Formats: sequence, C-alpha cells, structure tokens
Amino acid sequence: MSAAELMVEPAPETGAASPLMRLSGLSKAYGSVTVLSDVNLDICAGEIHAIIGENGAGKSTLMRLISGHVRPTAGTIQLGGNEVSFSKPTEAEHAGIALVHQEILLADGLTVTENLFLGREQTRNGVVDDRAMERIAAERLRELGCTASPRDLVGRLPIAQRQLVQIARALLEDHRLVIFDEPTAVLTTTEVDTLLRIVRSLRDRGVAVLYISHRLNEVEALADRITVLRDGKMIGTYEASALAQEDMARLMVGRELSMLYPPKRGTSTQPPILEIEHLSVPGYVADASLVARTGEVLGLGGMIGAGRTELFEGLLGLRPAKVAQVRVDGKAVRIRSVADGVEAGIGYLTEDRKGKGLLLRERLAPNLVLTALSRIYRKPYIERKLETGELDRAVGEYDIRVRSKRLEAGQLSGGNQQKLLLAKIMMLDPKVVIIDEPTRGIDIGNKSQIYSFIDALIRAGKACIVISSELQELVGLCDRILVMRAGSIVAEFSGEEITEEAVVLAATSGKAKAVAGGELQ
Amino acid sequence: MTDITAPPVREPLLQRINWVDIGPFVALVILAVAGVLINPDFLSATNITNVVTRSAFIAIIAVGATFVISSGGLDLSVGSMTAFVTGIMIMFMNSLVPSMGANAIIAGMALVLCVGALAGLFNGLIVTVGKIEPFIVTLGTMGIFRALITFMSDGGNIPLDRSLREPFRPVYYGNFIGFPIPILVSIVVALIGAFILYKTKFGRRCAAVGANEDVARFSGISVGRVRTLAFVIQGICVAIAAICYVPRLGAATPTTGQLWELQVITAVVIGGTALRGGKGRIWGTVAGAVILEMIANLMVLSNFISEYLVAAVQGVIIIIAMLVQRFSKQP
Repeated sequence: MSAAELMVEPAPETGAASPLMRLSGLSKAYGSVTVLSDVNLDICAGEIHAIIGENGAGKSTLMRLISGHVRPTAGTIQLGGNEVSFSKPTEAEHAGIALVHQEILLADGLTVTENLFLGREQTRNGVVDDRAMERIAAERLRELGCTASPRDLVGRLPIAQRQLVQIARALLEDHRLVIFDEPTAVLTTTEVDTLLRIVRSLRDRGVAVLYISHRLNEVEALADRITVLRDGKMIGTYEASALAQEDMARLMVGRELSMLYPPKRGTSTQPPILEIEHLSVPGYVADASLVARTGEVLGLGGMIGAGRTELFEGLLGLRPAKVAQVRVDGKAVRIRSVADGVEAGIGYLTEDRKGKGLLLRERLAPNLVLTALSRIYRKPYIERKLETGELDRAVGEYDIRVRSKRLEAGQLSGGNQQKLLLAKIMMLDPKVVIIDEPTRGIDIGNKSQIYSFIDALIRAGKACIVISSELQELVGLCDRILVMRAGSIVAEFSGEEITEEAVVLAATSGKAKAVAGGELQ
Repeated sequence: MTDITAPPVREPLLQRINWVDIGPFVALVILAVAGVLINPDFLSATNITNVVTRSAFIAIIAVGATFVISSGGLDLSVGSMTAFVTGIMIMFMNSLVPSMGANAIIAGMALVLCVGALAGLFNGLIVTVGKIEPFIVTLGTMGIFRALITFMSDGGNIPLDRSLREPFRPVYYGNFIGFPIPILVSIVVALIGAFILYKTKFGRRCAAVGANEDVARFSGISVGRVRTLAFVIQGICVAIAAICYVPRLGAATPTTGQLWELQVITAVVIGGTALRGGKGRIWGTVAGAVILEMIANLMVLSNFISEYLVAAVQGVIIIIAMLVQRFSKQP
C-alpha cells in the first residue's frame, strides 16, 4: 500500500486568541544545505503542542531556533505579538522560554542543588545561601516525583533521575513557553507518568508547551495539537483528536522508495549462521535472542537508545554483558573480545567511524590492516609492500576515491571513510558482517554503492546484519527486520510485512506486538 | 573522480616539510653552529664524544619512554627506578664476588635486566589491570623506588666491590672501533627500538592504542596487553642504562637518577613524539637527548649564561617544542 493521502485536514488557523508565539516562514540553512524550510506555526498559551517527525526531519533545529541556540536564515519569530531575535540562549530564557534538552547537560561532580542553581545561585549577605537553595530544590524534586536528595552527587544518580533533575532545573523559574526535547527517552513507565502529569499541570497553569517525542502513544495521550515535520519541511498542523497513531506514522514517513536499493533477495531458508540466545547488557538490553542466516540482510530497527548498538557491543565484549549461548555456523563459541569475534567469523563495523572506526591521523594502509595484522603478516615484522598491495586491492574493489594513497584517513570524505572501514572489516573474511548505521552522514551516491556492496557480500555467501535509524534504508535494503524498543526485540517483519509504517509503529508504540504481522494493511 | 575534502597532493615544498619530524635535527645543527661560534673547542672530537656519551643514559631510557608515551602512557618513575635497579645490581654483584669473581658482572647484568622488566611490568599491570592513570601510578612508584634505594643504602651509598671496578670500567670508558661503548649501546637500543616501533605488529598496535583507544579496542587489539608491554620495554631500557651508568659512578646513592624522568620526557617530546600518544619518533628522541646535553655543555663552555640556568633553558626548549607541535600543520 502506498503512502496514501490522509483523511485528516490541517487544523484551521487559530484565529480568536492571539498565539503566544508565531513562527512565520522560519528557515535554516547551513551553507547550501537547507535543514528547515518555511515553517509557519502558532503556539498558544495553555496548549500542549507536539512536534513529531523522523530523525533528521528538523525537529531539533526548530527547537534550537526557538530557544536561541541558532539563528534563522529566513523568517521571523513573534513572541506575544512582538518580533524577537535571540542571539543566545540566555536571551530566550529571559524572554520566558525554557528548553529541556534531550542530552543530559549536568555537572556530574556537583550536587543536585548545585546543578539546579548553577549560574543563578541565591545569596544572602553576599554568601551563597545553601540552606535556602536546598529547601527549594527538595520541594521541586518532590513535585517531580524524583527520589534523589538535594545533596546527592548528580554523577551517582541513575540516568532517569538525572533527567528529572534536568527538568527541575528548567522549571525552576516560571516560564511562558517550555520545550521538551524527547524528555522520556531514558525514563521508566512510572517516571513517564509523573512527567506527563507535570506537563499537563504546566498547561493548566497557562504555560505553552512544545513537546517533541518519538513515542507516539505519549503524543496521543498528551497533545492538543500536533505538527508533523518531514525532511525539513512542515507537513501540517493537526488537531490531536483527529490523528490516530497510525496516521501519525504515515505522515512522518510519507516518502516514496527510490531506486536506491538493489533488488531484494527474499527471506532466506538457509540454516542459521549466527544464533544469539538470551543476551543481556545491563542498562541497555534485556534478554535479546536472534538468528541471522546467510543469504539475507537482517535489519535491526528502533529508535536511538533502544539498545541496538549495545546489543552487538555486548556480544563482542566491548561492554559488560551476559549471554546464554552464541553459535556461529552451528558451533558454540565464547566471545570475550573483538579478537574472539574475528576468530569466530564475526565482523562488526561501528556506527562511530571517526571515534571508534578509523585512526584519523594515520595513513590509509595501516588503518586498513589494523584488525587483520596477524592475518597478513605471518612473520613478526611488517612488510610495507604487502599492505600497500592490500590497499590497492581495497581501493579498487570498494571504489575508494583517493588522490593519493599517502593521505591520512581523516582527509577522506565520509563516504570514502565508510568504504575504507567496510574494506577493513572484510579483510577478516567474516561469515557474519554487522554494520551499524551503514550510511550515516554520507551522500546519496556513496549510499547506493554501499548498498550494492552489502548485496554483493550476501551473494558471496555471507550473512549481514544492518542496524539503522533510517527507516527508508531498513525497509529498502533488508529482507527481514527485527525492531527493538527499550532494550527488547519487540517485533519481526519479513517480506511483504515490511513497511515504514509498521516499523515506526513497532519502534515507538506500546502496541507494537499487537500490530506486528502487518495488521496495518 | 575526485575526493572533495582531500587537499591537493602537490603542495609547495615548504609546506610539505613536516617540521615536527625534522625539527629536532634542525635544532641539533643550529646548536652545533652556535656552539662553534661561542667556543671553537665545542666541535672538537673530545668534547662532542663527551657530550654524546653523557647523553647516552637519557637517550636509552627515553627510547623506552617513546614506547610508553606513544601508547598513551607516561612513566614518571624512570629516575627512581634507575637508582633502585642499580642498587639491586650492585648488591647482587658484590655478593657473588667471592664465588664467581669477575663473572659476577655478567650475572648482575642478567639479573638487572630481569628486575627492570619486572619493575616495568609492575607499573604496567597497575595501570592496565587497576585502570588507574599512568601519571598517578608512576608518581606512586617513583616514591616507592626512591624510598627503597634510600633504605637499601641506609641513606648513604652502595659502592661496587673494588675487585669489580677494573673489569667493569670499559662498559662506560671503553671504546670499540673508536666509539665509546655507551654511544654504541644507545645506538643499538635505538635501532632495536625503531625496528620494534616501526616494523612490528606490536609497534603498530602500540601507536594505534595511543592514537585512539576505542579504535584499537574495536579493531580487536588487546589494549591492556599492549600498554603493559610498553611499560616492560621501558623497564628493560632503564636496566640497560643502569648497566652503562654503574662504572661511571661506582656506586648507587639515594640521588642516583634524580630528576631524570623530566629529562627523559623532555627528550621524547622535543624529539617530536606526541605527548597525547599515537606517534612515536625514536630517532627524534635520541636527538632530543643529545640536544639537552649539548645545551648544558654549551652553557658551561660559554661565559654569558650561568650554568645554574641549565634547567631553565631546557624548560624553555620543551615549551618551544610543544608550540612547534601545536602550530605545525594539522590535517
């Protein structure tokens, strides 16, 4: 089924009550790249306005524009009828706009109270008044249902408590507009409930709330109006009562598949090549089991933070993990390090190619052979000729475009770095190739090439697992998809069941298991 | 068919020179020229031989430090470790004199190499197994080794047995095909060090661990093993330096090797090795050690700067070296 036009009409302009904030033609471009174009939006006092969209749709950019972190390239922001232009976040804050960040930005070495009042400490007779601040902090924490004590060190708190402290900090002063950027990503159910209550009470006090979330069930439960962004453009603003979760997912995705992807291979019936049974990574993954087969691309979808990367880092001993059993090609293996994984035939290509994949200030050949040193060199010493030969081969095979083979890895473009990284993993001749975010931050031409390399390695008899936050990529590339949410594998799709809508819903909604199996059609 | 972000390959000659790489050698030449201008005796064979011989200990230890630093570590304990292993070696040799005579020297040498390696292993294991900053670990062992030599010598000194002084003497004062033994030893140590760092898998891994520990881990390198081995190499280098040093002094004292760690680190850094790790330059390190000794020598030969300021000038040199690294071309 195609991304059919929705039966929902955009809500009429709110005419009567003048909005607290009005965005007109707001756009942001970095150089020639437009990340947000022509957003027109009214935000009213006393409403919860949700902003939804896929990764890269422009939600964060919009928030950063409103909160004064970046300045628009075109368009205006009106606040209470007057045009405003914030040159830094503190100006927006003084105008009554608070932003609760997605990332936790607190000083670990300071106490909860010190963090809450950082930069706005209360004094008495010129001396910091700890007692007064602690009293206020305790009160605010209680309101938020946060069990931390004002004197606890933030660095010792669990991540959810830290998020609540961060929210308390944003709410310390009275604001006219509060922006929540994915506030529940790290919270547990009870904490989410408390947060939703807080958000509603803000609204009832007449505060305007902008709420960004991937979790469509939260949006459905909370929002009065919903604005959908896609690829940097505004799709529309809708009355929340008119949108079901399925509609939201469809509006967020709504793209056509291009000819970017090689033809699919179909679901594989070959015996399993990699079997993981009951793998847990404390804090990230709870009891995940999966099977990968040769002859198919297995996709792993889910939101950022769902535990996909951590699952495989745990498998390879890169972080503490417990696993009942891992079998490669039917044989039980014990993997405690990347080297063990290589030995067993598992190659893992990290999502962080600059931080964990390549030595940016090292030349290409040493980068290429780093993992495979012992395979290339039987003797203890290094022969440069061997590795430059390997580089020549890789440059040809993976079409790595370099003007000189003496360049450092950091001098390549993202796409060529990714190809070099793929070549580095393939030097190990793995049976299973795990590729985390295969095309993050690279241009469309290189993307399509990487997809064809993945197709080629499947056809060469290897298995491939692709972790991706780009829905289109997952759906276009994979023969079978597992979806993770909050550390568990919650759904599996294959063949015709694979649609962007189904994956989004499974990744975001509490009803994932119910819809798995293509009920959306 | 071009890569947008890649700079053009043909750069002007001046820009293609990597000043960090050749800097120490240029500095060496400049110092030599300045030396001749200050005092014509400077370039005499006797004086140059003397300078290079005196720099040999620092150079040998600094070769080991190049491994530690390029693997992302730091060893502050080398000076005290030198004193400690020297003391052990002398006591061991002295105790063997009655039974073995001059052969005690050979046995002592073998022992000190083991003790040095063990001392390095001790540092390395605390750093990697204990997961503690190398700076802190070696600050601790620096105190431990220094206290041990003070204790062993009872605050005085541990002299080498008289009967061993004559047979041991050539190790510092002797010549082979016209070159003093310490110079030859340091060249051999540097040759072996350069081979290990540039031509072996271990050397590659060492640089990778120092450049980016995460990349190394994700590439299947056992980061702990590599870093520990670098400390072991450092310990062996300290032992070799101790062997060459004993005949010069004839004793181990609580002040043996005092502040050598600073000279060693200075030599490594002005040699072009990045203090944050990832890039080791053995020959630069050797040049750095010679530069330090040459400055001291020049200041003694000249009359316009007091030799009491030697450390100050060396301090200025290390800051200049860091500035050169900081502002040299960054990709």
